[in-house]
Amino acid sequence: MLLIECPYCGPRPELEFSYGGQAHLARPQRPAELDDQAWSDFLYTRTNVKGVHAERWRHARGCGRFFNALRDTTTDRILTTYETGRPRPDAPGGRDDGAGAGGAS
Amino acid sequence: MAPVRAAPREIAQPRGRHLVSLRTPAGGRIDRARPLRFEFDGRAYEGRAGDTLASALLANGVHLVGRSFKYHRPRGILAAGSEEPNALVTIMRDAARSTPNVRATQVELYEGLRALSQNRWPSLKRDVGRINDHLSAFFPAGFYYKTFMWPRRAWKDWYEPVIRRAAGLGVAPREPDPDHYAQRFAHCDVLVVGAGPAGLAAALGAADQNLRVLLCDEHAELGGSLLSEPAARIDGQSGAVWLASTVAELARRERVTLLTRTTAFGYFPHNFVGLCERITDHLAECPAHLPRERLWQVRAQTVVLATGALERPLVFPGNDRPGILLAGAAQTYLNRFGVRVGERAVVVTAGDAAYQAALDLHAAGTEIAAIADVREAPQGDLIEAARSAGISVLANATVLGTSGTLRIESVQLGESTSEGVRAGRRLACDTLLMSGGFTPSVHLFSQSRGKLEWSESLAAFVPGAPLERTRSVGACRGVFDLKEVLEDGATQGAGCALRALRPVRRFAVEAPARRAHAYLGALPGGAAASSQKSFVDWQHDVTVKDLKLAAQEGFRSIEHVKRYTTTGMATDQGKTSNLNALAIVAATLDRTIPEVGHTTFRMPFTPVSFGSFAGLSRGDLFDPVRTTPMHGWAAARGAVFENVGLWKRARYFPHPGEDMHAAVARECLGVRRACGLFDASTLGKIEVVGADAAEFMNRLYVNSWSGLAVGRARYGILCREDGFIYDDGVVARIAPDRFHVTTTTGGAPRVLAMMEDYRQTEWSDLDVWLTSTTEQWAVIAVQGPRARDVIAPLIEGLDLDPTRLPHMGVARGRICGVPLLLFRVSFTGELGFELNVPSDYGADVWEAVHAAGQRHGMVEYGTETMHVLRAEKGYIIVGQDTDGTVTPDDAGLAWAIGKNKTDFVGKRSLERAAMKSPDRKQLVGLRSRGGAVLEEGAQVTLRPGQRPPMELIGHVTSSYHSSVLEQPIALALIAGGRARMGQTLYVPMPEGDIEVEVTAPVFYDAEGKRIHA
Repeated sequence: MLLIECPYCGPRPELEFSYGGQAHLARPQRPAELDDQAWSDFLYTRTNVKGVHAERWRHARGCGRFFNALRDTTTDRILTTYETGRPRPDAPGGRDDGAGAGGAS
Repeated sequence: MAPVRAAPREIAQPRGRHLVSLRTPAGGRIDRARPLRFEFDGRAYEGRAGDTLASALLANGVHLVGRSFKYHRPRGILAAGSEEPNALVTIMRDAARSTPNVRATQVELYEGLRALSQNRWPSLKRDVGRINDHLSAFFPAGFYYKTFMWPRRAWKDWYEPVIRRAAGLGVAPREPDPDHYAQRFAHCDVLVVGAGPAGLAAALGAADQNLRVLLCDEHAELGGSLLSEPAARIDGQSGAVWLASTVAELARRERVTLLTRTTAFGYFPHNFVGLCERITDHLAECPAHLPRERLWQVRAQTVVLATGALERPLVFPGNDRPGILLAGAAQTYLNRFGVRVGERAVVVTAGDAAYQAALDLHAAGTEIAAIADVREAPQGDLIEAARSAGISVLANATVLGTSGTLRIESVQLGESTSEGVRAGRRLACDTLLMSGGFTPSVHLFSQSRGKLEWSESLAAFVPGAPLERTRSVGACRGVFDLKEVLEDGATQGAGCALRALRPVRRFAVEAPARRAHAYLGALPGGAAASSQKSFVDWQHDVTVKDLKLAAQEGFRSIEHVKRYTTTGMATDQGKTSNLNALAIVAATLDRTIPEVGHTTFRMPFTPVSFGSFAGLSRGDLFDPVRTTPMHGWAAARGAVFENVGLWKRARYFPHPGEDMHAAVARECLGVRRACGLFDASTLGKIEVVGADAAEFMNRLYVNSWSGLAVGRARYGILCREDGFIYDDGVVARIAPDRFHVTTTTGGAPRVLAMMEDYRQTEWSDLDVWLTSTTEQWAVIAVQGPRARDVIAPLIEGLDLDPTRLPHMGVARGRICGVPLLLFRVSFTGELGFELNVPSDYGADVWEAVHAAGQRHGMVEYGTETMHVLRAEKGYIIVGQDTDGTVTPDDAGLAWAIGKNKTDFVGKRSLERAAMKSPDRKQLVGLRSRGGAVLEEGAQVTLRPGQRPPMELIGHVTSSYHSSVLEQPIALALIAGGRARMGQTLYVPMPEGDIEVEVTAPVFYDAEGKRIHA
């Protein structure tokens, strides 16, 4: 069971959290202007990183807040957690897959 | 070699003689003053307090304890610990408390213990399945995959049941487990796994630094190898005295917790370790207040692994007969339990350790026929000691075969020479002790995803770079010398502290020096030449030949070889066999062991009961139960309940003599003709509040909310971003900045989670707040032509006149003196009201409404009637008539979509061409021509009389008998359904096709007059 640092509550066991998938995927401001391919990419295309992955978690059985985490998928080590809306930080001491520059979410 | 022949002698030795002579007169850790009676396969024996079932059987001369998995070969006790592959027994307490597949080496003896051998019929000594051994040519590696291929149906009907019966282990009890199981979490600075010398020293080292320490060990006693090696002296004391004072010292420390009978079975991310503590299995009487087992979920700052090493068997022909043991196990039985495993032993070894076992046994009176050493020129203190004791030591030795059916009778030795292997002496014996070296127990380290490294000098994998904060100490990392082990433990234990408070302990040790030694793979000369099987994996009956065959057949990956031959896949997970298997595969492939690599170590280290994992989560405590304020009333009325999510909902209210069908028919007609009372409290309710509440709802739901006046409600649909219906419900505007959103009963948590997701992460600019109010409101639905008459006398402060409170109107007032939020809504198609009152008043208001309704002929009704009534009106139930691939238009609900909205969740997806195709499955009604009620889930075809595979165009989603219409009705999702009105379709059933006519989904009051009454 992972030990996850909620940016608002501190370290808590994984069972207090729900997983929210890949982070930094902003919903397009005007979806109507996207062609089918672009919309489909937003809906369905996700990275499948071997290494540092920016992902969303929600402290569902705690404060209820969403936040982001950088987790190394090869080790399950969580390198850092940070508030939703903040840009993706550099991975401290982890391999960076370079992906995930995205919107503001 | 002598062919296998009938049993030459009884295996259970004359008890009178051996009870005396196999139990040593003194020594060991058993309580000789406390005899314990026990049964094995119905025969009575006696052991001593402190015995395991294995040691007690051995003390009675019983080696034969089971039949092997595949060949049903007679098998004896091989080991003394949790690595035991053969001695699996069933422990019987009573019909509900029988535990199969328990290692006899781990079963502590208690008065009256009853054990049964397994995988034999009719008896252990005369087992019919033994025929498999003689047919073994037909059971090569992968025979499951090669044979039983044809005919296809025979697999299910014949092959599989027969194979399962023949290749079985114990039988699980059929009755519910009467014991209870506890679970707890624990935190510590240092978790030490294993309480041998390394673990004890690590615990001391950490405790000296004032760290919080948890020390666990799978045995009943702490001490590990110190329990069975009395020769060592530590700090001037005998091993036993040092052990006792160390354990006492640790027990005195406030910040140290000691756990015996506790197996660390799994190592999970972030230093989370699962321990299973066995609490009552060793007791003759289990006190009812004690849990049988306790699951510890430990989060440790640092984990110190002191898991020791396991002695490896040697691989030679006929190496599986009862009476063949690991040398270290024999030493443990002698020194810890006071049991000599036999009268005349041959020792086959690749190193020094077995010499100590031989010397100990020799001193205890067992004749050592010879020590056959595979090394070229064994030398050292222990070898000299053996020679001085008059034991014959043979160098360059190998084993070419053994004889004996139910017990080993002789061993054919061989000698490796430069010209090859030459047959040597044949020695009679009743015991063979073997030692192929020691395999560090890296199971937990590997589970923690640390990398293993190959050590050429140890010929074993040892822990490399860890991933978690973990330290391996002692034998599990290849340190075997007792002084080094103790100091390794103490140093690493102390090293867990951020800052050293005290110097690290040192130890003075006197113990015979031992050189590390190892032999991997099959001994020379045997496996290829002999007709006897050379076993590698005892528990799964995998031989050298099987492994070579797999390699010859092209398997290169060790993971594939493992699955093909099933080596290491038994309940012991190959603790004694994996490294030998690896060496044989590597040699066959002409590669090195590190090149071949190792298979994955998985949890659990030893099997853990399901009870432990389930803990208290069983029966009533399996899941929380949610009940409404009116639950007690319904229960008192004899309602039949159904589970909806965690909720208990009244399904129907049967009158005496009524079945569900009759009750539902009566309830349906009661609602349609007079009125009905229904508990809708389980509906999810979410308040969406704030200056931007309407904007939030606009962005989320498909409907338009800006124009919704305060005091009005609307049927809302929520899609996912992919355009498919996610939830639905009535949404009321109760203030300009406040929406009362209802959801489906099961959907409330996920809808709130989805709302929160968008609110927090996409539209954090909006001023809006979400509050679950599901439990705040009791919801009493009053539905039917007389509904207004029933509730009007109870209500104050609001006008029920249809002009003032039309359909979909919402108003506040009071009922029975308590606050009321009144919805004029209908899920039945009748004039309907939903009375929302604070939950605490729910039961009282319900009873008042019920009383008021009696003179109007009101009936109480349940969810089953609700389902029929809504289906008569074609109202969907999300999750029944939709399945995650249904758009609002598919469900005939396109009218709900706000036409002028540029965006909402799902809108862009609904614009895709495929989502607008006229061929999509659309919700329609079906009327079965023959009058049969269709089966929900039944498929629908275009043409009759087809045989599979058929062309299927849809399926029935809801189907009931309608009492008011006196005919069956059904809803279905049919490809291009709305263009098929009046068309005849077919529902294929085993009895034949049912002819159905496609209709509109609204069966009753299509004009909707009743709802507006």
